[in-house]
Amino acid sequence: MSQQVSAKEPTAEQIAEQQIYKQMGVSDSEYELICGFLGRKPNYTEIGVFSVMWSEHCAYKNSKPLLRRFPTSGPRVLMGPGEGAGIVDIGDNQAVVFKIESHNHPSAVEPYQGAATGVGGIIRDIFSMGARPVALLNSLRFGKLESERVKYLFEHVVSGIAGYGNCIGIPTVGGEVVFDESYDGNPLVNAMCVGLIDHDKIQRGVAKGVGNPVFYVGPPTGRDGIHGATFASEELTEESEAKRTAVQVGDPFMEKLVMEACLELIDTGIVLGIQDMGAAGLTCSSAEMASKAGNGLELYLDQVPQRESGMTAYEMMLSESQERMLFVVEPKDEAQAMEIFERWGVICAKVGKVTDDGRLKLFHHGELVGDMPVKALVDECPIYDKPSTVPAYYEQNAAVDTLRYEEVTDLGATLEQVLASPSVASKAWVYDQYDYMVRTSTAVRPGSDAAVVTIRGTRKGLAMTTDCNGRFVYLDPEVGGRIAVSEAARNIVCSGAEPLAITDNLNFGSPEKPEIFWQMEKAVDGMAEACRVLDAPVIGGNVSLYNENAKGAIYPTPVVGMVGLVHDTDHITTQSFKAEGDVIFLLGETKAELGGSEFQAVVHGLTEGRPPQLDLAVEKKLLDAVLGAIQSGLVRSAHDLSEGGLAVALAESCISGGLGAQVDFDTTLRSDVALFSETQSRILLSASPDQADQLQEFIASRGVPVQRIGQVGGRDLVIRVGGASALNRPVEGLKRVWEDTIPCLMK
Amino acid sequence: MKFAVLVFPGSNCDIDCYKAVEDTIGEQVDYVWHTATDLSAYDCILVPGGFSYGDYLRCGAIARFAPVMAEVAKAAEQGKYILGICNGFQILTEAGLLPGTLQRNTSLKFRCHDTVLRVENNANPFTAQYAAGEEITIPIAHGEGNYYCDEATLAELKKNNQIIFRYVNNPNGSVDDIAGVSNERGNVVGMMPHPERAVDRLLSSEDGKKMFTSILKAWRDRHESASVR
Amino acid sequence: MIKATVYVTIKESVLDPQGVAVQGALHSMGFREVSSVRIGKYMELELDTDDRFEAEARVKAMCEKLLANTVVEDYRFELEG
Repeated sequence: MSQQVSAKEPTAEQIAEQQIYKQMGVSDSEYELICGFLGRKPNYTEIGVFSVMWSEHCAYKNSKPLLRRFPTSGPRVLMGPGEGAGIVDIGDNQAVVFKIESHNHPSAVEPYQGAATGVGGIIRDIFSMGARPVALLNSLRFGKLESERVKYLFEHVVSGIAGYGNCIGIPTVGGEVVFDESYDGNPLVNAMCVGLIDHDKIQRGVAKGVGNPVFYVGPPTGRDGIHGATFASEELTEESEAKRTAVQVGDPFMEKLVMEACLELIDTGIVLGIQDMGAAGLTCSSAEMASKAGNGLELYLDQVPQRESGMTAYEMMLSESQERMLFVVEPKDEAQAMEIFERWGVICAKVGKVTDDGRLKLFHHGELVGDMPVKALVDECPIYDKPSTVPAYYEQNAAVDTLRYEEVTDLGATLEQVLASPSVASKAWVYDQYDYMVRTSTAVRPGSDAAVVTIRGTRKGLAMTTDCNGRFVYLDPEVGGRIAVSEAARNIVCSGAEPLAITDNLNFGSPEKPEIFWQMEKAVDGMAEACRVLDAPVIGGNVSLYNENAKGAIYPTPVVGMVGLVHDTDHITTQSFKAEGDVIFLLGETKAELGGSEFQAVVHGLTEGRPPQLDLAVEKKLLDAVLGAIQSGLVRSAHDLSEGGLAVALAESCISGGLGAQVDFDTTLRSDVALFSETQSRILLSASPDQADQLQEFIASRGVPVQRIGQVGGRDLVIRVGGASALNRPVEGLKRVWEDTIPCLMK
Repeated sequence: MKFAVLVFPGSNCDIDCYKAVEDTIGEQVDYVWHTATDLSAYDCILVPGGFSYGDYLRCGAIARFAPVMAEVAKAAEQGKYILGICNGFQILTEAGLLPGTLQRNTSLKFRCHDTVLRVENNANPFTAQYAAGEEITIPIAHGEGNYYCDEATLAELKKNNQIIFRYVNNPNGSVDDIAGVSNERGNVVGMMPHPERAVDRLLSSEDGKKMFTSILKAWRDRHESASVR
Repeated sequence: MIKATVYVTIKESVLDPQGVAVQGALHSMGFREVSSVRIGKYMELELDTDDRFEAEARVKAMCEKLLANTVVEDYRFELEG
């Protein structure tokens, strides 16, 4: 083993004596284990490789026991977690491929590039499976939209997402943006990509066939993003601002070329294995590909295309330069592969060879500079079962009476106040910066419950959404986890689709804190239960921990990305009211549930008590009934009730349809509670007058509470609650408040 | 009638243009690579949107030097129909086949939404089936669609009836609300809005269809009168 | 080896929306003395030649053909070495 890689690098002895491994996030006991696997002390390159492979980002060492609780299989699942992305069958030899991933920490430091490279990375995960990416979504969290810093982060994250997605030509069709002070200084940037694939084109990241060459594709490697994976697994501090070099720079134009060339290469059928270089770049892709094939791999680092001179083995192995892929073909197919990349103007170099010794061997300047067992790198990272404690706030909240606030009487003004909350207000300022129409398949654009993308050559479509209410998860992680999955499913069903599966992005604080680990555990339990009952298995995802700022952890935010199948484009449904005279129905029961509601936060400045409860059996019945009604052609509009409850749902359906409504809601609840309670498992439907009775009967016969609450028409939203007048506002005025909020704040 | 859809590295509306030709008029259409040196087989050339060469120097500035552009200039000279959409419009202005240039939107932001256009010239082969002054809904999706030309050029455009479309609500700061222009002869048209994205009921507008049916009819008329002679 | 430094700016007569935005930001930060901002591009080119005269003509051609859009942009350059 060469010890003289670089004069600047510490020796194996120095690493041990000065505990240099600790700076890389490797603990004493982990270091001991690594020494055991190697039979000696690791050199600088090797400890670097181990540190990224054994980071939370790559090894899930703190979350694996929890992830095992998710249901991950089902009759339609063609590939579950473990590969670049999960795959679900949609019939006709086609399948949908999707995954969500976080880029929270890079975005906190350099929002434009952090967000852009987050999008670039998730797109590579999809096309490395052989799929054509057809849509992008995202889920964003920022602090309160008041400080200059939050506005700066918001503006640049959005333009980073736009810059990457627009250039590469994949429409950004949906997402969510929530503002809450819990995310101050630690924004969440989760990006999701959805692709389409034919069954026979599905690829795996495996280094198959001993002796086969390994190829590097993409721009030359520079020193960018070294230790990004470890960086993602640390708390954000003032120090991390200084670690700016850990942020990579994206080149969507290059990725477009790499993507087209790789898809063409895959189309030839000669690829044995392909994987993108994501976090931990060359290290992770080579080790994982070797591991999945049960093989070893040799890398000849002098052959790696390099952007900077004098790069060390350590730097090349840990670089997170973007838009790079690794693939394996048989020697006889080399020329064909090279020709494709040449035509697309993309660099392709032979950098390694598949071996049978189960070791990852690195050669540089003619010397062996690293030699590690693949299995130790990929499978032997210790898994930690962290202690978990019920937090004090949770116990205290049990006693909070969320109805103790004085009744609000000016409900019109209150509705405007809630509509003007940046989390509820129109996000057109955001999505108008995204090209959501390129590829001309976007049937439902951003702004409705779920986006719908049609599948050319069929009558089918894909509905997609991202959802999570972090306040609910904070107040009760288990119920909040159930709600996150259920709300996603409700959005999918409201757009006329059948839920297929989910991908999840578990954003939490530091798992070292037992109270945070408790949140993780409970949230996962709630989500897993909902996935089971609603037949939506988890086919992949991502974990982002250590999301903390000076004040503590963010709200636990397990974002759910769900995809559903629209069986016939005739079923596509949106939230907007369609015609004067249409009859409005409210499905589900409304209870006095204000804990964690937008109303509680906006009007009373509080987030306390217990969140709304959710009975999964009731939810399932509701979803089946609504989907059945939509597929029977009985529904004109459908809208899930979420933030802001009935009042906001009605206002949104009016605003997007440009129509008013007269509503008479029969209830014994206090008016403000009735209008702003966020009771779950409720959907607003409208139907043409001649189908209204049939719809009501259809829903009622399926055991779902249904109340005819009014009709569409006029220019005003007029609501009576329990027989008394509650609010009366011109839709145009509500629209102005709702539309102007974010543009005004961002001026 | 035969259509070519040019493909530059970074084009991303090529597939949309291709589908629009197939779906609206069902005529033959081929993707033609930026390295091609012969366009003689084609009657109409579509220069699609996207980010050719990443648009890193200036939109369209590098693409205009691709080998195929010499052929596009030749085709323009021969009176063939050429339509540049979005990035395609930027390329055609950079190539000097259309007057003016496209600058950053005054909002400095990429903007993607429906816009209402007024058909200012329906005597053009691409717009003949619209009524004069007809208002149509066509989406935009660009960051640099702010049309600029100096006053002398603007006067020329007006005089020669080269302004094809105007925005009813100017979304990007374009001079005189200009959304699309032609060359003096009228066979080369460039526009920032995307008619190929407005050809299907499911995509919320079908108002772009007539651009494709118009050009087919123009070609047929020319073709038939030629064969009668 | 000659190094060419090329500056491309938007013509005085043409609106520079980026410049206007930056000027507005400077004003709001209290830098009221800023009466105009023009934003442009700066490029460094290394030329494999020692012939200054030739370099001058070649860089001018590069600017005219590719580096600047003379419809809206001005350019100037400096040669050293």
